[in-house]
Amino acid sequence: MLGRLRAGLLGALGVLLVAALWDLYKAFGPEQGVLVGERTLILPRATDLAMPHTWEMVRRLFEPATGLRGAPTALEAVLDASAFTLSIAARGWLVGVVVGIALALLMTRFKIAEAGMLPWIVLSQTVPLIAIAPLVRRWGAQIEFGSFTWENEHSVALIAAYLAFFPVAVGGLRGLKSPARTHVELMHTYGVGWWRTLITLRLPASVPFLLPALRLAAASAVIGSVVAEVSIGLRGGIGRMVVEYAQSAGGDPAKAWAPIFGAVAVGLVAAGAVGLLTLALRPFHLTETIR
Amino acid sequence: MTSSKQTTGETTPGTTSRDTSAQAQAIDVVGVDRVFRRRRDEVVALQDVTVSVAPGEFVSLIGPSGCGKSTLLRLVADLDTPTSGSVTVFGKSARQARRDQDYGIAFQQAGLLPWRTVASNIELPLKLHGVGASERRARSCELLELVGLQDFGRHHPDQLSGGMQQRVAIARALAERPRLLLMDEPFGALDEITRERMQNELVRICRETSAAVLFVTHSIPEAVFLSDRVVVMSPRPGRIVEIVPAGGGMGTSHERTDEVRDAAEFFHTVATVREHLHGAPVVGARAVENR
Amino acid sequence: MSAAISTEVSAQDATQPQPRPPLLNGLRLSDLRLSAVLAPLAVGAAFLGGWQLAVDGLGIDPYIVPAPSAIWDQLVAARSNIVDGMVVTGRNALLGMLLGGLVGVLGAVVSSMVKVVDQMAVPIVAALSVVPIVALAPVLYTMFGAAVDTGRIVVAALAVSIPVYLNTLRGLRQVSAVHRELMWAYAATPTQVVRTVTLPTATPYVFTGLRIASSLAVISALIAEYFGGPVGGLGKAITSAASSSNYPLAWAYVTGSIVLGLAFYVVTLLVELWFARHAPRT
Repeated sequence: MLGRLRAGLLGALGVLLVAALWDLYKAFGPEQGVLVGERTLILPRATDLAMPHTWEMVRRLFEPATGLRGAPTALEAVLDASAFTLSIAARGWLVGVVVGIALALLMTRFKIAEAGMLPWIVLSQTVPLIAIAPLVRRWGAQIEFGSFTWENEHSVALIAAYLAFFPVAVGGLRGLKSPARTHVELMHTYGVGWWRTLITLRLPASVPFLLPALRLAAASAVIGSVVAEVSIGLRGGIGRMVVEYAQSAGGDPAKAWAPIFGAVAVGLVAAGAVGLLTLALRPFHLTETIR
Repeated sequence: MTSSKQTTGETTPGTTSRDTSAQAQAIDVVGVDRVFRRRRDEVVALQDVTVSVAPGEFVSLIGPSGCGKSTLLRLVADLDTPTSGSVTVFGKSARQARRDQDYGIAFQQAGLLPWRTVASNIELPLKLHGVGASERRARSCELLELVGLQDFGRHHPDQLSGGMQQRVAIARALAERPRLLLMDEPFGALDEITRERMQNELVRICRETSAAVLFVTHSIPEAVFLSDRVVVMSPRPGRIVEIVPAGGGMGTSHERTDEVRDAAEFFHTVATVREHLHGAPVVGARAVENR
Repeated sequence: MSAAISTEVSAQDATQPQPRPPLLNGLRLSDLRLSAVLAPLAVGAAFLGGWQLAVDGLGIDPYIVPAPSAIWDQLVAARSNIVDGMVVTGRNALLGMLLGGLVGVLGAVVSSMVKVVDQMAVPIVAALSVVPIVALAPVLYTMFGAAVDTGRIVVAALAVSIPVYLNTLRGLRQVSAVHRELMWAYAATPTQVVRTVTLPTATPYVFTGLRIASSLAVISALIAEYFGGPVGGLGKAITSAASSSNYPLAWAYVTGSIVLGLAFYVVTLLVELWFARHAPRT
């Protein structure tokens, strides 16, 4: 208990220290930054425009988001956008987890599937998703089943899933393959089939590997949602807000930081929610590790 | 902690006057207690242990797990400090002896550095203590020959079997020609055949180097075959039950050959050690019947 | 908790106590077999063949997805432009990787030595590992100027530093009890312990971090181009080709970026395997 309090206080101190460093650099750093050669900055400009005071960033949160009458505060706007992005990321995470576990099972069952697919799964993550995002939207526009029409937010969720499935597939595969050979052979001597072995041995053994993978997938889903919102141009979420608020940075530099705090919050909430799931699976993760 | 050190300082002169040859002893352990405190639990690992090892003498510590035999060896190696009592090595405190590198040590795990070749693993202590490269190379060649691995100097540990790795670890322990070897179940992980061969080699090595040895084991025949004296210990609290001399018809520890394993004296001593271990009263006649 | 696990492992299998670096899973350079190359090639060929047939057979508009053959034609025709773009984006990614790697390793060394720093860094590392780093791109362009590549390099460096930091920190804590006690028995100085045991133990983990970060560096540097800055990189090229409706060309640039990401990945993977080559088999 005392240890936790200490960790919390030290963590808060760490954040304050970063804020203090920021303002110290701003106070004593060169106005035009530090140049290498003609115009390549290696340390940032210390002007109010480039580096607003940290307290300005916080204060800006509590001022109206726009100049319109009756506009909500920046904080409210950011929270709305965060909730929207979080809901999309959650859908993407769910799809990604299902696909990831299915792939992991397939690769565990058939050695040839692992040999043939794993390199492509790794390769899939080198595709810049921002490039395929507009394509996904175009493909989605072709889809119509009865009353169901494909919305842009489905495209964003799909791209979130595209990032989220990867850690689950890789972590799941490692987890399912983690039981020692003696355990697998023990199951074999019991005359137990592949499915029973899966349920009694491989799945419980995979939990310590799956939990960190699920957390990683949550972070990836948030990153995917934010980036996809930008490239698809979906309004209402944090991603779009980052771009919009950055455009007003000329006259209102602190405003650009509001959606960034929102993005951090969404990521932490997503990872925290998966962390709660961890508690439910506690009996199996006696040996939680990311080996 | 400090107070126990002061007692050490006071009792040492007393020890010297009690036994005039104490100055020459390789190891002198007098009235040592070691109590581990974990929260409210107290575990007495060693209670009133007094034992000494003469130069060139081979002494084994034997007992069931938890009897404190490894703890005793760790006290001599200064990997741990006694709660009370004194540990002297060649008339100095254990700490000073470690700083002066008066002993070589081998653990149950070979503990070789996997990224170094076999030869440079053997040279490691020499390198740490500033011995020049050509001298190091000469010494590692010598030692590789001594442990019968002259063709493996440039291999890496992962290319060697468990027995070979253990021989490298012994060569490393001998690198600085210590007058004392501390060995904590060095053959514990080896199969019986490799183990007997290693025992024969250890006898030869001790004869050639005339080093004193403190040897921890849980194999009765191993202790009897290798030792001049076998220290039998019992657990909870860790105490010395009996010190059994192993000599007579078997000769000194330096004179052992495979034939000793078939000698009557060998079986007799094994039986005596076993009876002390099991806590039964020692009856000479029964010990003979036992074989 | 992990300490308890490692002692348990060493008690069971005394001959081979060292844990492997994460994700390597027993893979060794010498273990690479022909089948490991042929199987994915077969899957890839089947995929491309199916794609080509689908586009030809169903008459799919290049607006939806161009045929592999059309992309290949563009790849050949625009190869010098694509290579130029790869050089620009690759340079940013490489500089970001070096910078981020350095920051990550130094940070981990400090954290492993000073426990307070470790605890203070927890929320910052947690925040950086869940935030889309590219969202910082617009702000970084204002800080470092939109006419130069510095902002992109910083984006890549930030993305790289987190996995490198976390993996290095893990590696620095992997020193086995035997090695620690051995160093104590040798009365080795703290500097000697770091040089002989701690750093060699951690090195494979550093490269594991760099491997995980490698494709991240390329993607981050590329995506950062979407938020502004000078032209010339692959990211800008993809958008401009797409906005002029030259979809096969856009895909050719995408292919270039995949090749670039793969190159980063393979190089770091080989370096990692090289450094882990003598880790005991599990």
